[in-house]
Amino acid sequence: MHFSFNELNSLHLDVLKEIGTIGAGNAATSLSKLLNKRIDMNVPEIKIAEFKEIENILGSADTIVTGVYLEFSGKIKGNALFLLDTISAKNLVSLLLGTERYDESKEKPCTDFTELEVSAIEEIGNILISSYLNAISSFTGLSVKPTVPYFACDMLGAILSVPLIQYGQTSDKALFIETEFVNGCDRVKSHFIVIPDIESYTIILESLGVI
Amino acid sequence: MNEVVKVGMADLKVIAEYGILTTLGLGSCVGIALYDKTTKIAGLAHIMLPSSKLIKNNQNKAKFADTAVELLLEIMTDMKASKRHITAKIAGGAQMFSFKEKASELLNIGERNVLATIETLNQHNIPIIAQDTGGSYGRTIELYAENGILIVKTIGHGIKTL
Repeated sequence: MHFSFNELNSLHLDVLKEIGTIGAGNAATSLSKLLNKRIDMNVPEIKIAEFKEIENILGSADTIVTGVYLEFSGKIKGNALFLLDTISAKNLVSLLLGTERYDESKEKPCTDFTELEVSAIEEIGNILISSYLNAISSFTGLSVKPTVPYFACDMLGAILSVPLIQYGQTSDKALFIETEFVNGCDRVKSHFIVIPDIESYTIILESLGVI
Repeated sequence: MNEVVKVGMADLKVIAEYGILTTLGLGSCVGIALYDKTTKIAGLAHIMLPSSKLIKNNQNKAKFADTAVELLLEIMTDMKASKRHITAKIAGGAQMFSFKEKASELLNIGERNVLATIETLNQHNIPIIAQDTGGSYGRTIELYAENGILIVKTIGHGIKTL
């Protein structure tokens, strides 16, 4: 079946939102266990936007962010991004490794990450994205296999260009499922974005009997 | 006061005489800046993919290197720019993540975007007078209509004036 975003009705969107909630709930639990901290998440939002509008939705395209990117394949294909602002990334690493907290006032808000910090962030991204995908996989009964995670610290637009270019081959719009994770007292704020490819929406919705 | 006009992803804009065209956070995409110094007409495109020919869904001309250059030239010459005076500066085409695992098609999309841009500009006989492409970092660019200067800003890789 050919699929276009215009054919999505509110039932379809609710189903996708529910899938996002299940995935993100699982991921938040993993993060909470990993850090032994309380993690709050918001209700996932389904966003459909033209490429040129995307920067207004997720924040300015020149904002510096730290991101972990991975692709997944299997019955459902697509890619996922775990985005943190740089301060949150530093704080997250110190929580995980038990190192001293990053001092914003003394150290410059840097884009320099040590090899250890990079692997720590990659691994957190990996665990989160995998638990998210696992939940979706068991809910829908469809297989999902993630690739290894990749780290980058750069402008938001530049990082987003990687998944969006893939999308660009088939569409002028992108649909993504976005969730925010917050650990208030340790100042870690992150965004979690999952972008299944276009055929996968049909497969997901079919597997749940809504189309 | 210089007015700043934003060009989004898969988007293009043309301005004349004064103002700044900017596109933020170019990653593997390429920013194509065309300028005619005789009429001070400046055009900027933010392309995502090399060619419209291999893709069915190709209505958005600003998305592809080949059609974006054509459309920019069309709009600029409609505004009385003279094609033989138009020069090009290009930036972007980075590889944001160092993929180790598989030879993904995405692996060299930045490079392919740059090559396709150069090829298209050559076909239209538009000389490329400056280029800042490749690497593994994002770029924000600003094109000044007043003089055709292209500023390339990066995070941790300095600022360049082309």
